[in-house]
Amino acid sequence: MFMLGPLGFTAPLVLLGLIALPVLWLLLRAVPPAPIRRRFPGVALLLGLRDEEAEADKTPLWLLLLRAAAIGAAILAFAGPVLNPQPVEPASDLPLLVLMDGTWADAADWPRRVERAQVLVEAAGRAGRTVALARLSDRPELPLFQSADAVAARLAGMQPHPFGPVDLAGWAALLQQAGAVETVWYSDGLDWPGRAVLQATLLDAGRLRVFEAPRPLLALRPVRFQDGAVQIVALRLPAAGEQAVEVSARGLDPSGIDRELARATLTFASGATEAETALELPPELRNRLTRFEISGTRSAGAVTLTDDSLKRRKVALIGGGADAEGLLLLSPTHYLRQALQPVADLLEGGLKDVLQANPDVIVLTDVARMTQAESDGLATWAAKGGLLLRFAGPKLAASDIGRGAADPLLPVRLREGGRSLGGAMSWGDPKALAPFGKDSPFFGLPIPPEVTVKAQVLAEPDPDLAARTIAALADGTPLVTRKPIGQGQVVLFHVTANADWSSLPLSGLFVQMMERLAVSTRPGQPEAGDLAGRIFAPERVLDAYGALQDPGSLPGVAGEDLAQAQPGPALLPGLYADEDRRVALNVIRPDTALSPAVWRAGVRQDWQEALQERALKGVFLAGALLLLLADVLAALRVSGRLSGSLAARLCVALLALGLAPEARAQDDGFAIAATTEVRLAHVLSGDRKLDDLADAGLRGIGARLFERTTIEPAEPMAVDIERDELAFFPFLYWPISADAPLPSVAAYQKLNLYLRSGGMILFDTRDAGMVGGTSLEAKRLQLIASGLDIPPIAPIAPDHVLTRTFYLLQDFPGRHDGPIWVEAPPPDAVQAEGMPFRSLNDGVTPVVIGGNDWAAAWAMDDRGIPLYPVGRGSAGERQREISYRFGINLIMHVLTGNYKSDQVHVPALLERLGQ
Amino acid sequence: MSLTADLRGRAAALGQTLPPLLAAADHLAQAVILGDHGRRRAGMGDEFWQYRQAHSGDSARMIDWRRSALSDTHFVREREWQAAQSVSLWVDPSASMRFSGDKSRPPKADRAQLLALALAVLLLRGGERVGLLGAETPPRSGRAQAERLALALTAESAEDYGRPETAGVPPHGRVVLISDFLGDLAGVEAALAAATDRGARGVILQVLDPAEEDFPFDGRTIFESMSGALRHETLRASDLRGRYLVRLAERKARLADLARASGWHMLTHHSAAPPQPALLWLYRALEAAL
Repeated sequence: MFMLGPLGFTAPLVLLGLIALPVLWLLLRAVPPAPIRRRFPGVALLLGLRDEEAEADKTPLWLLLLRAAAIGAAILAFAGPVLNPQPVEPASDLPLLVLMDGTWADAADWPRRVERAQVLVEAAGRAGRTVALARLSDRPELPLFQSADAVAARLAGMQPHPFGPVDLAGWAALLQQAGAVETVWYSDGLDWPGRAVLQATLLDAGRLRVFEAPRPLLALRPVRFQDGAVQIVALRLPAAGEQAVEVSARGLDPSGIDRELARATLTFASGATEAETALELPPELRNRLTRFEISGTRSAGAVTLTDDSLKRRKVALIGGGADAEGLLLLSPTHYLRQALQPVADLLEGGLKDVLQANPDVIVLTDVARMTQAESDGLATWAAKGGLLLRFAGPKLAASDIGRGAADPLLPVRLREGGRSLGGAMSWGDPKALAPFGKDSPFFGLPIPPEVTVKAQVLAEPDPDLAARTIAALADGTPLVTRKPIGQGQVVLFHVTANADWSSLPLSGLFVQMMERLAVSTRPGQPEAGDLAGRIFAPERVLDAYGALQDPGSLPGVAGEDLAQAQPGPALLPGLYADEDRRVALNVIRPDTALSPAVWRAGVRQDWQEALQERALKGVFLAGALLLLLADVLAALRVSGRLSGSLAARLCVALLALGLAPEARAQDDGFAIAATTEVRLAHVLSGDRKLDDLADAGLRGIGARLFERTTIEPAEPMAVDIERDELAFFPFLYWPISADAPLPSVAAYQKLNLYLRSGGMILFDTRDAGMVGGTSLEAKRLQLIASGLDIPPIAPIAPDHVLTRTFYLLQDFPGRHDGPIWVEAPPPDAVQAEGMPFRSLNDGVTPVVIGGNDWAAAWAMDDRGIPLYPVGRGSAGERQREISYRFGINLIMHVLTGNYKSDQVHVPALLERLGQ
Repeated sequence: MSLTADLRGRAAALGQTLPPLLAAADHLAQAVILGDHGRRRAGMGDEFWQYRQAHSGDSARMIDWRRSALSDTHFVREREWQAAQSVSLWVDPSASMRFSGDKSRPPKADRAQLLALALAVLLLRGGERVGLLGAETPPRSGRAQAERLALALTAESAEDYGRPETAGVPPHGRVVLISDFLGDLAGVEAALAAATDRGARGVILQVLDPAEEDFPFDGRTIFESMSGALRHETLRASDLRGRYLVRLAERKARLADLARASGWHMLTHHSAAPPQPALLWLYRALEAAL
């Protein structure tokens, strides 16, 4: 192949044709353009006039250049130009083995890897070689050599894993049996254990080529909470010049929508592989964080999930109060404060005051007497999910609460007096703790031998005492008991919170027990012991691209494994949850370092070299054709056959052809059309058929509105949410298709503004109302709506104002008859006196979500005949009628708001009139 | 057989085209409201002109007794002099008149014939005698003359440029010459001289196509006259435009001079312009000359 820079020619001899260009030059210069014959009576006046310039009998220079360029382009085209031609590989008839690392580090440019591998596999197929494909992050299995088409199909569907290679040595051992092969290895550039062995094996088996991506690899270590700030550490490979990366902290906003809550910039110094920054966030915000990710990098390594370790619980400490003047070490709350200070936000004060602050945990140390108001307040708070942690003490032992009947704020009935052990006057020795039972939240915690109990309050034997005991002494006496109250629980330590009665508060076990009870949170990565004995169920798992996925039916993981193990096939990175604790397993561990893979000389090939081969023949031919077209116009112009107006018209036509797609300008015409009359609008879904259906549907409901109500809408309009202004439309119908495009950020802003300023969107998934569900459309809707500022929604209540804005309705069918969802009523809505409905939200629900395919039920053609069948027979027609009524009610609701809700006030008004 | 068929076909074609031409001319003539078409002096005629006192020499039967009875003096009833004028038209039948610069425009000849015939209809309605120069269609009055004129006007000649006939100019009559006057002006001069000799006055109407006014040509072009007898080749037609326009302006000025010198009127009319103003002008100009 003849090469000219990056350009190669498959038929270089044709280039000799370029020599003919000067000949063409001479030829063209010699021949003037042909004259036109014109009949013209005025010729009598022309006779005897001489031409001023004699030059026009030769072709003008610019026209000549144009023609030469056209011919030249054609000659070049036929010479077969190829950009970046692939060097011809030395022919080999060995089978080809394509290895992909398939790790999270591959994910960022996975499609390009697959594309490159695809080219190689196809080339091998053309050469008649068999190909095998293996992903090294899988467990080793002998690769199967197949025909190239089969492999190419598998390759296209292959995805990387969110973890590294598991067993490279195993692969090496296995591949030794494969015999002589030629290997192409797409590596992620990281040095995984066993890589050298595998490399040696492959070099023995035949030629080995390794391709690595030239892109730097970025990763994020798990964040820590330290010194009042979130510490973020990013890693990179290789260490190049100075580089700044943006890390965004994401979490749920108050309305439960996942969005970016904060953003930090990390700057890698030149030559450094680590960058660090601290992000200070208010506790409210910090508690909501769910993950950090490096913006613009699609890789599980660039995402780190956060768990309890970032969260701080609000704990209220309330002491007995009487001996406040005692020594500090005797204070009933001293040890608790010491244990909780670093890991929780402590509140102190009167019980009434701290209840106002709605803490997560209230600790009562030896508090016996409470006023009725206080105990009621505590019970209500606990029932809403609070954890009440009580410690016994002399006062509790002396009081008579929980004696006869069970106290609602104590897990068990207490026996009078309690007992003391190992004292001067007692028979027994101080008792040690029994190992924790399987059902106990403390199961798995090691019990230090020095923990002994000298005194305690005793529980009255009850049928459910055993079930409520979560820790007991060696002789079986309950030490810690627990009882659920509503959504919350009360836990009683039968000993004091100071060292009076036992040495438990002095031990490390006490801190661990606090953590297990979710009173405190871990400061950093969990130790094996912290998690031991519990089973953690995956809540969300990461894929290789760093996106959170539903775990499906993955099994639970033992706490020990979770603390120790590297992510692998059996342990996907993600968020694992216990009863009330969450542990994140990230791809990058706190001690992970990125080290580059080491290759033998000559093995590694640069990614850059492997540029895509691109045949330019078509481009050149098209260019030649365009030039010839221009030449036609120019020739006409020179010979006077192209008058000015014709040229202008041609130009306009060409421009119109070129610019036609952008012709839909955002002009005033749209605004005027949208605002001069009431117009229903539908959102363009990207699917032509669906758009037509929505248009026909809105036209149908518009006609019904025109017939039956004073709303007389004009022809519906189609709205492109990316380009058009939405504020003109009171109502948008948005049919969702399974492959509807996601709106851009700007479009989301526009939509949110629209929803906030009183617009309404009717989402229609057209799947018969499986909204909570599983249809593709519903999933798409969830994805689209996740960026929208939608208030909490609920299935429509039977007293919602939509049921009576025009017709009295209880069903809202379209072609299907499924449930619909609207903005949830406020929880404190009360039924008005004498009215069948509650005084509900003031205003219009911003969204109505359903899957009843209303547009199809409303749709009619130009003659007013329904386009789609609904149901069967007269029942179907009845359903269509109800669906019209729903549409009318809906538009009435949009346009008149809560007007019909005001009927709530009718009795009051009547009463006033009567007076 | 074939000859008669051909003749019949042409006759039919003519029969089909004639009424439209006549109808168009009629229609155009309707647009002109006729004023009093008297001679503005006493004479032979049907219309009442004035009463005047009887002079000596007036015969007794000339006295209008009914009017005289109203007063003491005798009155004579005079009638307006209504002498019919002879108007001769000449419409250039040559090939150059069949030029049209644009497909949407009719040839110049169409416009010339239309104007001539409309004028003839108007004049005939006013009682004048209208004919064509040349011997074939002498001036006559009456409605039937319009049809004869229409037939005669559609005659075509193969010559490139027309030369006005000098025969048949009525003494003290009126002459209307319609042509593009792009050929040799000597013929026009001769015709004017002949007409002036006979005491006839008249009007020159130059009908031009807009293309002849603008010369919108460019590039290498061979210009040919309509029959192909004359030709001129140029390599860049746009260069000739200025000089052509100068020559055209000279030609118009010369025609105007000729007209003025012999007391005639001259107008240049474009075939793209509406015909009414030109017809009105023609009629007024003739009326002034009458």
